[in-house]
Amino acid sequence: MSELKPIIGLEVHCQLTNLRSKLFCSCSADYRGKPPNTNICPVCIGEPGSLPVLNREALISVLKVAIALKADISRFTYFSRKNYFYPDLPKNFQISQYDGAGGIPIARGGSIDIGGRIVRIRRIQLEEDPGRIVYEGTITSSTGLLMDYNRSGIALVEIVTEPDITSPREARVFLEKLRSLLEYIGVFDGSLEGAMRCDANISIPGGGRVEIKNISSFHDVEKALSFELARQKQRMVRGLGVIRETRHWDPRRRITVSLRVKEEEQDYRYFPEPDLPPIIVTDALIEEAERSMPILPYEKIDLYVSKYGLSRGLAEILVSSKDLSELYDKIVECYGKPGRVASWLIEDLLPLLDKLGVGVKDSKAKPEDIAYLLKSIDEGLIDRSRALSMLRSMVLEGSRPVIVFEHSLESRISLVELDRIISEVVEAEGKAFQDAIRNPKALNYLVGLVVKRCGGRADPREVYKLLSKKVREYRRSRR
Amino acid sequence: MKETYTLKLIQEIESGSLPLDEYLARKAEAIAKLEPILNSFITVVKGFEKSRIERLGLLKGLTVAIKDNICMEGIETTCGSLILRGYKPSYDATVVERIKKNSGVITGKTNMDEFAMGSTTEWSAFGPTRNPWDPCRVPGGSSGGSAAAVASGESDLALGSDTGGSIRCPASFCGVVGLKPTYGLVSRYGLIAYANSLEQIGPIARDVYGCALLLTAIAGYDPRDSTSIDRSYTDYRYALIEGLEGFRLGVVRELLGEGVDQRVSSCIEESIYRFESLGATVEEVSIPSISFALPAYYIIAMAEASSNLARYDGVRYGMSLSARDYDWSRYYEDVRSRGFGLEVKRRIILGAYVLSAGYYDRYYIKALKVRTLIKKGFMEVFKRFDALIGPSMPILPFRIGEKIEDPLELYMCDIDTVPVNLAGLPAISIPCGLVDDLPVGLQIIGSYFCEDTILRIAYNLEAALDLRLKPVFSEVCV
Repeated sequence: MSELKPIIGLEVHCQLTNLRSKLFCSCSADYRGKPPNTNICPVCIGEPGSLPVLNREALISVLKVAIALKADISRFTYFSRKNYFYPDLPKNFQISQYDGAGGIPIARGGSIDIGGRIVRIRRIQLEEDPGRIVYEGTITSSTGLLMDYNRSGIALVEIVTEPDITSPREARVFLEKLRSLLEYIGVFDGSLEGAMRCDANISIPGGGRVEIKNISSFHDVEKALSFELARQKQRMVRGLGVIRETRHWDPRRRITVSLRVKEEEQDYRYFPEPDLPPIIVTDALIEEAERSMPILPYEKIDLYVSKYGLSRGLAEILVSSKDLSELYDKIVECYGKPGRVASWLIEDLLPLLDKLGVGVKDSKAKPEDIAYLLKSIDEGLIDRSRALSMLRSMVLEGSRPVIVFEHSLESRISLVELDRIISEVVEAEGKAFQDAIRNPKALNYLVGLVVKRCGGRADPREVYKLLSKKVREYRRSRR
Repeated sequence: MKETYTLKLIQEIESGSLPLDEYLARKAEAIAKLEPILNSFITVVKGFEKSRIERLGLLKGLTVAIKDNICMEGIETTCGSLILRGYKPSYDATVVERIKKNSGVITGKTNMDEFAMGSTTEWSAFGPTRNPWDPCRVPGGSSGGSAAAVASGESDLALGSDTGGSIRCPASFCGVVGLKPTYGLVSRYGLIAYANSLEQIGPIARDVYGCALLLTAIAGYDPRDSTSIDRSYTDYRYALIEGLEGFRLGVVRELLGEGVDQRVSSCIEESIYRFESLGATVEEVSIPSISFALPAYYIIAMAEASSNLARYDGVRYGMSLSARDYDWSRYYEDVRSRGFGLEVKRRIILGAYVLSAGYYDRYYIKALKVRTLIKKGFMEVFKRFDALIGPSMPILPFRIGEKIEDPLELYMCDIDTVPVNLAGLPAISIPCGLVDDLPVGLQIIGSYFCEDTILRIAYNLEAALDLRLKPVFSEVCV
C-alpha cells in the first residue's frame, strides 16, 4: 500500500504574539489567564455602533512574515467580511481576507525548505481570532455553552501552503520550520498555549479530499495525519472509497471524527469590509518591515558555513531554534572557536538540557559563564564529568562556575617550585599577607595570585593549605 | 445677517432675556404636550431640563434630539427595534461626546424606521411618528422622529442619519432643514450601522443657521472611525455671510423626471427664479447614470445590512429569551424571528441573496460599477457647476398606511436622494414652499467637502423666500 502517497496541504493560524493590542481595538493582546470577559471593549465584542481600526503594528508584523517566507507582497489589499453564524463570533462575521478568485491577500507565493524539499506557500493573510467557547462539563454533557471574548479580536496571520507535503512527518517538520522562522523574526512565541492552530487537507490517489480541523500542536499534526492516512488507506483497500468531508481531530481519543460531509462549499458571502479602507502597502511600509528584520535562519546557516566553517548539518541544528543560535552567537562572541563551541553545544549542552527537560530559553546559565566553563575544559583545568555536573547547577540555579584545578600528576607543579612561587607572592604582596593574618578570608586573594603565577598547574586547595601554613608559621614566629 | 429662529434664540439666551432654565423647562413642557400626538421620541432623557451648564460653548445650551441609532452611554438605544429593547450602550458616540462638549443639551432618542430602513417612520417597533403639519400623514423617514421634533419645537436641533435620504426626506416632509454631509466628514463611531459605506450622521434644524451651527459642532476627524477624513476645522457659520452673485447652479434633469408630482416641480421652478434674481445662473444638466441609482443603492445597502445585522442574536445585549435546553442556532432563530420587523427581515434576506455565490457578480459587483459611474458623472458635472439642485422628495407627505403595503412604491420615493449617498456627496434639503399646507423641500447637492457652498446657497434662498413656517402642531420659544 506504500504507493498510496498522500497529498497534504496545511492552513496554519498563528497569533501575532508580539503585538501589544488586538487587531482592531486597543484591548491588550495578552489575554491569557485573565478572568473571563475582562479583556474586552465595544469593538471586540461587536457592540452596536463600534468600528474597527487596524493595528498598524500588525500590518508591519505580517509584512515581516511575508518577507521571511520570500512571498510577493500585494501593494493593494483589503479586508473582507466572512459571514457565518457561530457563538464565538460576536459580530457573526469575521473580518478576514477573501480567499477565493479575485481576492487579494497581503502576500502570495513564497516557500519553506524542509530539508531539501520545498513547500510552496499559497497565501498569507491577516484576520481576527474569535472568542473562546467554554463548555460546562464536556461537549456532549454540557447543557449550554459559555462565551469568553477575551481572545476575540487577537491578530492572526493565516499561512496556507500548496499541497506539497507528502507525509505526516513532513507536515510536522514544516510546522517546526515555520515556527522557528516566525520566532526568529520576533512576531510569534510558540510556547504560548493555543498560539498556533492548524487545519490540514489530506487525500490519497483515488480518494476525496478530507479536511481535518482543530489541530492545536506540532505533535498532533503528525498524529492526526497519520491516523487519517491509515484510515483512508484501509477504506481504499476494502474498496469503500474516501468521501470528501470535514473531520474533527479529537486529541484525547487520538482519532478524527466526521464533522460534516461537504457536498457544497459553505457560502460565506464574502464582501469588502466597508468600515476599513483598502490598504495601500507603500515602499516606506515595506522598508520599515525590512529594517526590523533580524538575520533569518537560512541566511544564518549560510553565514555559519561560510564564516565559521561549520558543516551544513551542524549549522542547521544550531539554527533550528532561535534561542539556541542566539546562545551560540553569544558564546562564540566571548570565547571564539566557533567550531569547538558548536560541537560542544550539540554534544554536551543540548543532551543535558534534554535530560533535565529544560528549554534553551529557560536555562539559567549565562552565555559568558558557559564560555568560561568551556575554556576551562579546553585548557584542561576541569574534566568533562565534573564540568557537566557544574553545568547542571549553572543551568538549574544560575550558579557561577568555580574551576577547581585538577591536574594529572605529570603536569602538576612540583612542590618545590610551588613553595618558591608562594614565597615570592607573599613577599611581593606584603600588605595582603598582613590582611590575611588578621582575616582568613583575605587569603583567597593570594591563592588566586599564586594559581595564576603557576599557569594553572597548581591545585588551589593545595595552595590554600600551603598559604595557611605560612600564616600559622608567621604567627608563631611573632609570639 | 437675517435673524432666523435659531439665531434669535441664541441671542435671547445669551442676553439673559430667556434664561437657560426657563428655556429648558419650556422644551420639557413642549415634549409633554406634543408627544401624545406626534410620538417623536422613543426615549426622553429624564431631567434634561435640569441640566446646568457652567460655561456656554458653541451650542449655547440649545436642545438636541438624537436619532435612536446613535449610541449614548447608559441611555436605552433601540434603533426602533424590539431586538435592541433594553440595550444601554457602554459608550458615547463621537457625535454625542462633541455635542456634550459644545454644551448642547440632549433631550432624548428619536423615533425612526427600524434600523433606519424606511422612508416614513412607520416601520418603528414603537409606533409611527406623525407629521406636525398633519398628524394623519407620515413625517418621512427614517429620521422622522428627529425632523418632527424640530418642526414641532419639541427640540431645537436634532441629529439624523442619512443612508439613502433619511435626513433629507423627513426634513422635506416636515418643513425643516436637514444636511447630509460628505462621506467621512462626521464620525460614524457610535452610529449603529445600516449600510456603512453610504451613511452619515447630519444635523436637522429649523433654519440653515441651526444646521451650520450643529454641523460645526459634530464635524471633524475621529481616529476611531477609519473612514473619517482628517481635515482642518471649519466654522460653517461663516459660510452664510456672502451672496450668490456669479454662482453656477445646475438643475439635474434626472431628478425632475417621471414620477415627480407636478406641484413639487412648480415649487422647485419658483426657487430657480429666486436663484436667478439673487445673481446665480441656472442651467439644466443631465447625469444619465443616475437612472440606475435606485437599484444599485438597494443592492449595496441590503448587502451591507444583511451582514451588519447578523450580530443581533440575543446573546450579548438587547432582547433575550430563556435559553436553556435548546441549541444555539435555534435560539438565534427564535430571537431574530421575534426581534426583527418585516421590512428588516426583507432586507436581510435580499442582502444575503445578492451576496451569495453565483449572484454576487450579477448584483453586488454590478451595483458597485454603477456606483463608480455615478461618482464619475457627478465629478464631471461639478467641473462646470458650484452646486446642483432638484427636489428632495418627488412627492408630498402622504397618509400613514397609504404605501406601507407596497415596498417597491416606497423604495421609489428615494429616487431623488440615493444618488448622493452612492457618490458620497453632501446635500441639504430646505423648505421652498407650501402646497395645500404641506411643505416641499429643495435639495442642493455640493461637491466633496463643499458643505460651506450648499449652506451658503440654502441660506440665501431661505432669506429670500422668508417662509416663516409654522406647522399646526408646534410650540416655539421665539
